[in-house]
Amino acid sequence: MVVGKMKLTFQKRVKLAQGLWLLSWVATLCGAITFTLGCFLKTELRRRTEVMDNTDIHCVPNTLLIVGLASMGSNYFAGRICQDALDAGRFPRWKNFLKPFYGGSIFFTTLMLIAVILSYVMKGSLESSLKIGLKNGIRFYKDTDTPGRCFQKQTIDRLQMEFQCCGNNDYKDWFEVQWISNRYLDFSSKEVKDRIKSNVDGRYLVDGVPFSCCNPRSPRPCIQYKITNNTAHYNYEHQTEELNIFIGGCREALVNYYMGLMNTIGGVVMSVFLIQSSVLATLRLLQTSMEAVAGQENVEMDAEGYLLEKGVKETVMEYLDPVLKLMWLNQVTSSEDTGTKDGNS
Amino acid sequence: MALLKLKFPFQKRVRLAQGLWLLSWVAVFSGAITFAVGVFLKTELHRRSEVMHNMDIHIVPNLLMAVGLASVGINICAGKVCQDSLDPSRFPRWKTFLPPFFCMSVFLASLLLVAMILSYALQPSLEESLKIGLKNGIRFYKDTDTPGRCFQKETIDRLQTEFQCCGNTNFRDWFEVQWISNRYLDFTSKEVKDRVRSNVDGRYLLDGVPFSCCNPASPRPCIQYSLLDNAAHYNYEYQSEELNLHNRGCRQALVNYYMGLMNTIGPGVLSVFLLQMTVLVSLRYLQTSMEGVMGQENLEIETEGYILEKGVKETLLETKEKVMKIFEFAQVGDASATTPGADPEAAAAPGPATK
Repeated sequence: MVVGKMKLTFQKRVKLAQGLWLLSWVATLCGAITFTLGCFLKTELRRRTEVMDNTDIHCVPNTLLIVGLASMGSNYFAGRICQDALDAGRFPRWKNFLKPFYGGSIFFTTLMLIAVILSYVMKGSLESSLKIGLKNGIRFYKDTDTPGRCFQKQTIDRLQMEFQCCGNNDYKDWFEVQWISNRYLDFSSKEVKDRIKSNVDGRYLVDGVPFSCCNPRSPRPCIQYKITNNTAHYNYEHQTEELNIFIGGCREALVNYYMGLMNTIGGVVMSVFLIQSSVLATLRLLQTSMEAVAGQENVEMDAEGYLLEKGVKETVMEYLDPVLKLMWLNQVTSSEDTGTKDGNS
Repeated sequence: MALLKLKFPFQKRVRLAQGLWLLSWVAVFSGAITFAVGVFLKTELHRRSEVMHNMDIHIVPNLLMAVGLASVGINICAGKVCQDSLDPSRFPRWKTFLPPFFCMSVFLASLLLVAMILSYALQPSLEESLKIGLKNGIRFYKDTDTPGRCFQKETIDRLQTEFQCCGNTNFRDWFEVQWISNRYLDFTSKEVKDRVRSNVDGRYLLDGVPFSCCNPASPRPCIQYSLLDNAAHYNYEYQSEELNLHNRGCRQALVNYYMGLMNTIGPGVLSVFLLQMTVLVSLRYLQTSMEGVMGQENLEIETEGYILEKGVKETLLETKEKVMKIFEFAQVGDASATTPGADPEAAAAPGPATK
């Protein structure tokens, strides 16, 4: 029940080793690229950390960073192993190293796949994190004199200008919060007093938005205040006016931006995953065919290489047995301890 | 009277050739970088071409691109020459090629220095170009319905937002132009009529600025209109208000940006120039020392290398005479073509009277 058996002549073994050596260097480069992509994604997420409520999404770039580093290490060793592979004198020293090496490499390669899957699965979490973060940002927009919140205004303004968005879901979110601080309101004026009396919480609500919602593409100077009042402005109808302020909400803009980033990165990581898997499979074939030759006098004979000696299930059990035995041993010793204690008492 | 003569034993020649081959590849790479830097600078200048009145400053990136490309070619040739230099059978074919090659290469390398000098010398021209370009941009800000000017508003708004600046010299430039189009002015209202009547040209002027002048770092919501009227806004004093709008003018901001770019590029270009000159000098030494070996039986003798065979002045005179001879030949050729009836002997002999 051998998996992936292949006959390898001497020439084929030599070419396999040479090809693998080259491929392992390409794979090391790919590992470095994965690490760089992880760094880039983490930086981009950190730039907008003030409008995110939690950092759950950071598990994607963290995984990429770990996998990138591990991949560079494992491919470096793969290169060293296949350099020694054709030399019957130096190859046996890698014997004990290979089993844990394969275990570790396969684990980290699957982690790559998990990172790509996570980047799609975490979209919902990212969206809710942004929803809460932006809601707070808009709420604390006016608190430029409160320590800890004094940069919210600048953050939200720069965000809206850069991503060409307004508010959380859309611009109407600004109508529901007081975004003009009391420090700049003349409480002796009738207009202010009317607005404050018109709602339960005594907040100064306006049908206006901050300047950062203004769209540069608009043909007319920006209308920020009295947006829903057609008579307040000449030749203006807010129902048909599309270019005056940004229509889309910042949550959607940010989610689209990050999903776009992760889609691109996901594509690259998938190809790195394929390269890495082929490196491991090729190394396994080379190793098994060299083992068949070891100890023989004629080094140039044909040998068989295979991926797995037994079937998949049996191999997995073989790997898990030492781990399970370790766990069993712990359990048995702890039950013995409690048993002796009971016995003594 | 050879210029900078050096003795070259065989080993030194071999090492010179090897070192030069490596150096020429480094120089190819740096030539490619110079080209890339030229492309980058040109792209950056092109992005803001709508607020520039003329394109004089574009000569700097154009020079960098041309020299970068030429330098790649020159250094590949230099590499090939020094590959052949230690082989006496292949070296002679480069003999006639090398003198004009050196002249051209030195000329192109000096263009790098010229580009660097120009990047500083053209600063006033850039400033003037931006002054006029921005003035026009502000004047045509309202003309979003006029073909050819309809994007001025977007350009100026994006520029002011990106470079955190307002107006040409400062925000008061907006007070002197009508930047709100008549299409959006209610001419039946008293306020509009008053403002339009208050100046000779009948323009709607106000002490307000567009939204793109607003500074996000301000602690209070942006005050755009009635800027000089302290009573129009609660708790507001325009004389002491610093963070409300961007303080500097866009001309200053853009000049600083481009000068910063060119200051960063300057040292890089200077080092590329030095590298290129090193390659050319080493190649000249290699060529002259190999010429000493040509025709000899023992290839491993010690030879002398120099930069110029005679002194600088004599070499210049010699070159001038050669160039004159070529010109005369060409002139005489013309003369004999146009006057077929003339005496062929008199036409063939170059006479001093033709000069």
